[in-house]
Amino acid sequence: MRFNEKELVSLSRQPSEMAAELGMRGPKKGDVVKKRLVKLVVNFLFYFRTDEEEPIGALLLEQCRVEREDSQSFSITFLDEAERKYLFECDSEEQCGEWMDSIIKASYEFMRKNLIFYRTEIHRLTGKDPLEQYGISDETRFQVSNGLQLAPSATSSL
Amino acid sequence: MKLNERSVAHYATCDSPPDKTGFLFKKGERNTAYHRRWFVLKSNMLFYFEERDGREPIGVIVLEGCTVELCESAEEFAFAVKFDCAKARVYKMAADSQAAMESWVKALSRASFDYMRLVVKELERQLEEIQEAAGGGCAGAGVAGLQGRPKLARRNYVSRSRSGASSSSSSSSSLSSSCALPMSIPSSAQKSIQDEVHRENGVGWSKPPVALANGFVEGGSSCVAWDGCADSGNSIGICDGARAPPVPPRRRGASLESPVSPGTVCFSKLHDWYGREVEDLRTQWLQSQ
Repeated sequence: MRFNEKELVSLSRQPSEMAAELGMRGPKKGDVVKKRLVKLVVNFLFYFRTDEEEPIGALLLEQCRVEREDSQSFSITFLDEAERKYLFECDSEEQCGEWMDSIIKASYEFMRKNLIFYRTEIHRLTGKDPLEQYGISDETRFQVSNGLQLAPSATSSL
Repeated sequence: MKLNERSVAHYATCDSPPDKTGFLFKKGERNTAYHRRWFVLKSNMLFYFEERDGREPIGVIVLEGCTVELCESAEEFAFAVKFDCAKARVYKMAADSQAAMESWVKALSRASFDYMRLVVKELERQLEEIQEAAGGGCAGAGVAGLQGRPKLARRNYVSRSRSGASSSSSSSSSLSSSCALPMSIPSSAQKSIQDEVHRENGVGWSKPPVALANGFVEGGSSCVAWDGCADSGNSIGICDGARAPPVPPRRRGASLESPVSPGTVCFSKLHDWYGREVEDLRTQWLQSQ
């Protein structure tokens, strides 16, 4: 599958919310833990050899599961390949928790669900659809039916 | 550079709802003819298939940081997706009609993660205001109550969620982003929410913890991290240290490089900016008739 690599590499250079040196182990049998600079930019996790400018690789963080492996490490598994785990070793329990939290919240799907939740809640409290003034109420991705399961009465006017 | 391609391709065809689909003509790179492809827009990824029911996409264009413009072309209803990086490829496309072209341009220019994040932040802020006005608190109802509240140390919230995170190690910890409904949050965040539901709209957990790795400063005035704050005198709420949750550090690269995220803090203005591209296109098209 083709992808716009140059642009993705350029994205990896953006300032990020989370970047740290972590131990990382790939999903293949025989892969070992290696020190990598791991950087979270939007819904991508980039990983670099320390001091290298270009990332070795990128992981799109959609449709993935984040699990705690032990007190200081977590794994990322993609739903289509549940046996393949990417393992990350952190320096502390706290750091591990922060990374897990950030990665889960880095998915577009997660944001979309939040948005639908806020939209519904604001509508419930005020009777108004907060997206209307921005002219984006009709966008497919913001439709309540695509998000949470809600009682019919709550969604009738959305 | 490696990419988890199989999973990315799976994302294209999995049952999460696409944001937009349809046929478009895409100009080839080497073979410069326009080829008709089936496009699927999901989040900030534009997938293209050979046919409508293709099982696997031929390719994907990651749209983060792109701009969408009308382009000079013999093809009717043509537009281009451009990136602001060295030697970036320009993706030329053409739609079947003016309406389709406008619709795609609008969708693509708003497909970025940043845009989504802005909308979520804005709604989060609105909900917080509504809840504060409704919850009132001990200082009395409505506006008076709001003004009477001391400036919240947002720092407290962030550090609380951090220490909360470390206590989650003992609890069961399988967290799936694919079904991370706002209600199914880690237990650590749930505790913070119980404490803060009347003051801080516990949905602050939707933002990532602010990291110091890149030298951005967290806490205190959210203006420190938010680019446009220093310039803009008329921000709505976002720069108000008393109420706004700490905003994740504004990606300076994004605001400098990308014309679609100018240094403006006011959400309405920013949103209009996104809409302006469509208006410009319409004007240009009309003038070219």
